[in-house]
Amino acid sequence: MEPKDTGEVTRRDTLIKIGLGSVAVAGCGAAAFGYQFLSPNVLYEPSPIANVGKPDRFPLDSVTPDLVAGIYVIHAPEGFYALTATCTHLGCLTAWKPDLGIIACPCHGSKFNRHGVKIDGPAPKPLAWLKVWVSDDGDLLVDRSSIVPAEQFVRV
Amino acid sequence: MPPTIEGYWNDQRGTKVWRSVFRSGTGSSTLHRALAVQQNVFLHLASVKMRRRSLAFSATWYLGTLTLATFLILTGTGILLMLYYHPSVPQAYADMKDLQFVVSAGIFLRNLHRWSAHAMVFLVFAHMFKVFYRGAYRPPREFNWVIGVVLLLVTLFLSYTGYLLPWDQLAFWAITVGANIMSAVPVLGRKMRFLMLGGNGVNANALLRFYVLHCVILPLAAVVLIAVHFWRIRKDGGLYTGQAETDAGGSPVQVNE
Repeated sequence: MEPKDTGEVTRRDTLIKIGLGSVAVAGCGAAAFGYQFLSPNVLYEPSPIANVGKPDRFPLDSVTPDLVAGIYVIHAPEGFYALTATCTHLGCLTAWKPDLGIIACPCHGSKFNRHGVKIDGPAPKPLAWLKVWVSDDGDLLVDRSSIVPAEQFVRV
Repeated sequence: MPPTIEGYWNDQRGTKVWRSVFRSGTGSSTLHRALAVQQNVFLHLASVKMRRRSLAFSATWYLGTLTLATFLILTGTGILLMLYYHPSVPQAYADMKDLQFVVSAGIFLRNLHRWSAHAMVFLVFAHMFKVFYRGAYRPPREFNWVIGVVLLLVTLFLSYTGYLLPWDQLAFWAITVGANIMSAVPVLGRKMRFLMLGGNGVNANALLRFYVLHCVILPLAAVVLIAVHFWRIRKDGGLYTGQAETDAGGSPVQVNE
């Protein structure tokens, strides 16, 4: 038999509301907790700052790939700069082709010149210029996590 | 009368032990056959009766059953491969090579796992095309089609997560490219990539996460969804036969068993 609808709030209605409210609060808490749990607080990844050695390692007008760091160190007449070797299309490691004087991606055929400007292929953006500076010991340091505007040369 | 194999089986099915396991009783009456299906935890997902037409090869090309067969092979070989595989950066590639060259029958199990995985993806697509072009996705089977689409996604994620585990160059760059495709999702993309990989790149955390997804989370999801998918075949009126599903009076069959 259905209870008569008298417009009164019954004890059962109230308890159902409290129950559903508790479940909703617990659900939100579990979602927040789950997100925080899945997002690592400490990463044991290599430092973004790479030490590439003394500037005189790099002859004038040279492009030197560092495959471990995933960067190119370029010594241009205007000064030093570093490009990321990670393709801006889908993140493959590009390769320097000395005979053609270009940077080419093996995955989907993007090509860049030595300033990181795209010549050909699907890459949506030029290769990023990375922050370069000289340490107190006279070594060239490259911060792979810090992108600087293009044509920012470092004179040593 | 000389003893026959059939007679031997009939004797066995009358024993106390057999009757304690299978409660449906012996005999070949329709009732006993129906009970044999209905009272079995595995078989009861299926109907106790089906149209003869739905058992014909042409009705389904057995594509769903073949997909299940590849899934069972993948589960069996996958569990065995887990006994020799450590999901850690120094060991993963070497363990994969050990499975190929050192472990007895390792190369057989690995190749069986790999080819069954390819076959499963192919069969899932073939099954869906068959269902689509026959119109078997239409009501009352529309929700089972939706479950099938989710099962397709689970199959593809199983394929993708398994691809990283050999930890070779192909695996590394395939997952790098796939993760970067994911980061193209508007607003949430980069965060989703970070959570999936457990870091900023494909490294130790990504290997472990993909291992857990591949060996535990996705197979469990697949088993639950497969069970619902099979049970829905019965609930939605049995396998689609292409014949008009009307009763003797010409009105549509009610499906609410």
